[in-house]
Amino acid sequence: MNEKRMLDDQHFEQMIEEESICTTDNKVYEAPLDALYDTAMHYCPGCGHGVVHRILAEVIEEMGIIKDIIGVAPVGCSVLAYNYLNIDMSEAAHGRASAAATGIKRVLPEKYVFSYQGDGDLAAIGTGETIHTCNRGENILILFINNGIYGMTGGQMAPTTLPGMKSTTSPFGRDVETMGAPLKITDLVAQLPGTAYVTRQSVHKPGNVRKTKKAIQKALEYQKNGDGGTCFVEVVSNCPSNWKMTPVQSNKWMEENMLPFYPLGDLKKPNGKEK
Amino acid sequence: MSELKLMKGNEALAEAAIRVGADAYFGYPITPQSEVLEYLSREAHARTGMVVLQAESEVASINMVYGAAGTGKKVFTSSSSPGMSLMQEGISYIACAELPCLLVNVNRGGPGLGTIQPGQGDYFQSVKGGGHGDYKMIVLAPSTVQEMADFVKLGFELAYKYRNPILILTDGALGQMMEKVELFSQQDRTFEDLGWNIIGRSNGRDSNVITSLHLKADKMEEINIRLQKKYNEMRKNEVRYETVNCDDADYIIVAYGLVARICQKSAQLARDKGLKVGVIRPITLFPYPEEVINNYADKVKGMFVVEMNAGQMLEDVKLSVNGKVPVEFHGRMGGVVPQPEEILEKLEEKLLGGSK
Repeated sequence: MNEKRMLDDQHFEQMIEEESICTTDNKVYEAPLDALYDTAMHYCPGCGHGVVHRILAEVIEEMGIIKDIIGVAPVGCSVLAYNYLNIDMSEAAHGRASAAATGIKRVLPEKYVFSYQGDGDLAAIGTGETIHTCNRGENILILFINNGIYGMTGGQMAPTTLPGMKSTTSPFGRDVETMGAPLKITDLVAQLPGTAYVTRQSVHKPGNVRKTKKAIQKALEYQKNGDGGTCFVEVVSNCPSNWKMTPVQSNKWMEENMLPFYPLGDLKKPNGKEK
Repeated sequence: MSELKLMKGNEALAEAAIRVGADAYFGYPITPQSEVLEYLSREAHARTGMVVLQAESEVASINMVYGAAGTGKKVFTSSSSPGMSLMQEGISYIACAELPCLLVNVNRGGPGLGTIQPGQGDYFQSVKGGGHGDYKMIVLAPSTVQEMADFVKLGFELAYKYRNPILILTDGALGQMMEKVELFSQQDRTFEDLGWNIIGRSNGRDSNVITSLHLKADKMEEINIRLQKKYNEMRKNEVRYETVNCDDADYIIVAYGLVARICQKSAQLARDKGLKVGVIRPITLFPYPEEVINNYADKVKGMFVVEMNAGQMLEDVKLSVNGKVPVEFHGRMGGVVPQPEEILEKLEEKLLGGSK
């Protein structure tokens, strides 16, 4: 380690000790949200969940619907979403978030209801609930975070793991001959008459974050107007920890590998209602 | 204003749910309980605005119940044995998250796909906790179509009193047979902010959360201790049973549900022969009427347990009797219903040493 680096490290440690990085004049961005608890998230550095939570909270606040929205958290990395989002929420059993959301929406139809689910939750164990919730056209938002891996349990193969992609349960890469091909469930639900708005977005670049935020907002507006069915927003995301990459590498890998397989854009818009 | 009708057990139960002002039913067809879903689909929405939704599976049904119960609304589901097995994970979540709701199992013969005839093989599943973890439900066992209706009202009352799932454990015969039933008058559907329910974050409070996840062991133990305290309250307050001709009895038959009715006939046949037999019918299977059985064990020569299974409640009777007198058992399985004469014969054979 060279001398300059050591000095830098010392300087950095000193900064942290003095908590000088947290002073008002050092802040480059501040926007406290009522819909988000002021607490550290458990998500790994670079993970997309934090960004999606943030923009979801922003939309809720901007639409002024904190009192009127109820969310359902899945089993997976975002199982504790309710620790961050300061809105009424229910945890659900693995895969059953859209069934729980159905139950809530059916008895409180005047409220906004959403489920927040990962790929294992939504597209493996919860496939039946996902398909049938969309097929009934439940007037809810399904927010689907797809990072192609089981994050919480430590990097096992997901229904959306890419062909050849390594995971702890596909250590030699996903062999589609024996393990099946990745399930493009978003394309699948777009075919159902029950869905109103189906889109695939990402949060790996500022421009994409803005687009995803817009998509969530649109979905909630459609829900308010009862514009003909389930809104399904997929966010293609990353998993630096289980992909064994740095956050920057993971976003690059995602762009080069995930996005060609899961192309971004709207798959379905409400009939005649899209301006 | 009450009303007298001739109804199937399943229909009486569904009618009672409408009248009690239930807000939603989520269910899936399975024999012998499909009449509940069918009756509600026909009647409920138009009359009270109740939500009736046929789910894609029992797994979905119970999780819809979980979601809707979190809002504090009055929700319920019904199924039969294999369907109840599918619901067990969800029931465990509901119990841990302390959500009030009503569940109905129209028990059929098992195991496996089994048969559509009546059975009592789900006693252990219902009473000992069919899902994972330490949880309990109050289990109500009707023996008449009247009770099929009455226990819906009682079940919802208990569900909100304890913030706990309540199970009506009945069987295919009670579900299908028609009897006279006196129906209570229509109640309004009501809804309130219960403080804990998820209805949208309002009144300046922070978020309400419905969950059964507590990652820290000491917190999870705390939840368990609280639940056990609640179950002990149930044990203290909610034991229900019926005794028939027990006070002078030399022998007591213990049976629940449909079988208890059959055993009343057996006891009558016994008395015709000069044999003093009484019947204890546990109405709540949890909490179990241990004390009354234990007290009668001081007065009788033996107890006889009859069930439509291989001997499940038998274990609770033995625990209650605690060795004071012999406890014998007769059971029929797989959907076979025991006959009054057969029961008496077995009682004499097993408790009186075969004298006829």
